[in-house]
Amino acid sequence: MPSKLHEWIVTVDHKRLGIMYIATSLFFFAVAGILAALMRAQLAFPNGKLLPPQVFNRLFTVHGTTMVFLVGMPFFAGLANYLVPLMIGARDMAFPRLNAFGYWMFLFGGLLLYFSYVAAEGLAGHGTAPDVGWFAYAPLTERAFSRGTSTDYWILSIILSGIGSTASAINVIATVISMRCKGMTLARMPLFVWLMLVVSAMVVVALPPLTAAQIMLLLDRYLGAHFFDTQAGGSALLWQHFFWLFGHPEVYILMLPGFACASEIIPVFSRKPIFGRAAMIGATVSIGILAVGVWAHHMFAVGLSSSSNIFFVTSTMLVGVPTGIKIFNWLGTMYGGKLRFDTPMLFCVAFLFQFLIAGLTGVMMAAAPFDWQLTDSYFVVAHFHYVLLGGLLFTLFGAIYYWFPKATGRMLSETLGKWHFWLLVIGFHMTFDTLHFAGILGMPRRIYTYAAGRGWENLNLLASIGVIFQAAGVACLIWNIIRSLRKGALAGNDPWDAWTLEWATPSPPPEYNFAIEPEVRSSRPLWDLKHPEDPDWKYE
Amino acid sequence: MKPSLRIFNLCLGLAASGAGETVHSVGNIFSPQATPAESVYHLSLLVVTVCAAIFFTVAGLLTFTIVRFRRKADDGREPAQVYGSNRIEIAWTVIPILIVLVLTMATARVVIAIQNKQAPKDALQVTVIGHQWWWEIRYPDLGLVTANELHVPVSTVGEPAVTFLKLQSADVAHSFWVPQLSGKTDLIPNRTNSMWIDPRQEGTFLGNCAEYCGMQHANMLLRVIVQSPADFHKWAVAQKLDASDDSHIAPARATFLSLSCVNCHTVSGTAAAGTFGPDLSHVMGRETLGSGVIPNTPENLRAWVKDPQVIKPGNLMPNMQLNTRELDAVAAYLSSLK
Repeated sequence: MPSKLHEWIVTVDHKRLGIMYIATSLFFFAVAGILAALMRAQLAFPNGKLLPPQVFNRLFTVHGTTMVFLVGMPFFAGLANYLVPLMIGARDMAFPRLNAFGYWMFLFGGLLLYFSYVAAEGLAGHGTAPDVGWFAYAPLTERAFSRGTSTDYWILSIILSGIGSTASAINVIATVISMRCKGMTLARMPLFVWLMLVVSAMVVVALPPLTAAQIMLLLDRYLGAHFFDTQAGGSALLWQHFFWLFGHPEVYILMLPGFACASEIIPVFSRKPIFGRAAMIGATVSIGILAVGVWAHHMFAVGLSSSSNIFFVTSTMLVGVPTGIKIFNWLGTMYGGKLRFDTPMLFCVAFLFQFLIAGLTGVMMAAAPFDWQLTDSYFVVAHFHYVLLGGLLFTLFGAIYYWFPKATGRMLSETLGKWHFWLLVIGFHMTFDTLHFAGILGMPRRIYTYAAGRGWENLNLLASIGVIFQAAGVACLIWNIIRSLRKGALAGNDPWDAWTLEWATPSPPPEYNFAIEPEVRSSRPLWDLKHPEDPDWKYE
Repeated sequence: MKPSLRIFNLCLGLAASGAGETVHSVGNIFSPQATPAESVYHLSLLVVTVCAAIFFTVAGLLTFTIVRFRRKADDGREPAQVYGSNRIEIAWTVIPILIVLVLTMATARVVIAIQNKQAPKDALQVTVIGHQWWWEIRYPDLGLVTANELHVPVSTVGEPAVTFLKLQSADVAHSFWVPQLSGKTDLIPNRTNSMWIDPRQEGTFLGNCAEYCGMQHANMLLRVIVQSPADFHKWAVAQKLDASDDSHIAPARATFLSLSCVNCHTVSGTAAAGTFGPDLSHVMGRETLGSGVIPNTPENLRAWVKDPQVIKPGNLMPNMQLNTRELDAVAAYLSSLK
């Protein structure tokens, strides 16, 4: 046993690291889910007395930080690590040791954040975890308002895990550029790999503004600099510009891996190639480019000039176009197919409906005056949970059901999968559909309590009840994984009758992935193999 | 109110705010009572309608596809392999671009109409300064200072009255939000923002600080009290007077002035001239204490002075450890500040 553990700790195998990333991010997901459930318990009734304000404020800060930096980003890194080399017919990532380094930086960054619950000092005394919100607006983070070290834990843990993310992104880019097998031109790369390439490029572009701002904040806090220290003439808005220059591309960094999974799963379960492949790639690249020009739509209420606001209205609305193209192309893929509704596909179909709504509420908030009402209310909370839970998380769950057989050699149970799916769908809609209306009725976000009589009671109670269903759904997934690891049906190489190269290797794949380097002639090499009478390469 | 909106409100179990009701406690953004909120509301109707149309079209197509193309029996044959269609793809690129164009232009109009409005000469000017966790409200032209409850005159067709707010912060970022009157505008230190309102209905409108500003963000509540011009004038005149110096209360007053209350609070016409906390000159004229956390009754006032940390944990007024005699005196004196 110790030698087994040792093998995992010292591994540089991209598949093991991929599994470690995904397992760790699922662990953090469970923790962040518990934090969220505590918040919903507090808000279920008006004048909730379960948690004092300082505890509640730490909950939403740590929940948000965890979900973005310790669940969303590492899940992407895990998927990319596991699948990119397999899909392009390579034996490992370009830099295996950098890969391991990235994982350990992320893990220790994450643990550092939670260590603050024990070690950090803050306004509320010892053991004060960060309580400044996940976007940590200045000058609340300055020493005058955030004494002690809790904010420093927030800064340092994110810088550390950010180093991990950057390492992993550089690795993906290098791998995609230099490790593709014979015949795997960029044009023939699976869409999944294309999207991971774009995400990685976005990580490299978007993380530096955040890291820079965090270092500036540290300078403010410890060396008497005044970047964001308004009491000494610094600028509070400068922080917001830096943060959202990272923060908005970050939304797409989180979301594109979801698109990547859907773009693999939907074609296989529709039995058709992706509709409009070139347009999908073009739309992804244009999302990547537009995403760095929309950041101030998070700042419509800060008093920018009307011309700046109109610029960001326009750029934000424009992102809707390539995003729409993607939804249409998935729809086009399904249209005329023979749809199989196994669990991975169920999650993707729910994703399509939910992401459609998330996109449309996004358009509503792109209209700046409407945003003046909606921003910082529960409407925006509901909106981004629709994006990240209804959109991203659903596709990631689909991805787990889809690739679990490849990674472990065993199928997940379809019955438990369907329980997981339906409980989550019911719970998700109970919680987040209702919270839109709480926002419309004037409920601001990040309040630890509210008085009765403002029209929010029923909505909040319903939202809190929904959490029970969501938790039950996730419990089904965890049980499904534990159970299937021991006695799931054997998967074989290619349980879904799929078309990309990872399904040409045994499940789980050997350390070297492919005994012989594969050679491909189209974007669906396994289709060509299975249908020699009508191969894809004829149409390229 | 539009019929569709009435149904929406009914679904939420809300009565539409009717006349005679004085406290508008539900800040429904779809029930606007001032021009900025109404402009937003009209824009939002357009945007929501367009989005709903898109939703029903796409969701309808999706549903149709799911039902129609569900695999019925596995005959082992694959469907026709279609790789794309330039014509369809161009259509679903161009149509969204046109929609975006329309929405952007409609939005730009409203941005400019609200944001670039010039203050009329007779507009009431108010400065609102955000503090952790209360609102300082100043009327520079009238020479008044109050807190947490913004009084403004009602705007009618015959007698339009616009109030312009200058928004500043004494510490961290806050946001001024009274949903039925206007969208949010942030109060940011080292910066002056502005917004305006012209409420059309008398009564009290509830709002909140909408930017997380620390421990008691949740209880940084806000009230806008809209009065007839005559009532507003009466209120302003009363506020301008020095605090009451009723001789019955002279000993209590002396006790108050001997305590460190005066370091943070101002009572006009006395030596109390602190500026860290709310001005108390006419504190009994306010409906609530602690920035909206409790109703302003004599019992609540006494409880607040005794230990504000019980009522609003973390707020910046410490428990002053007053003995019973001091507590009685301070409560009695403050109760006299009508």
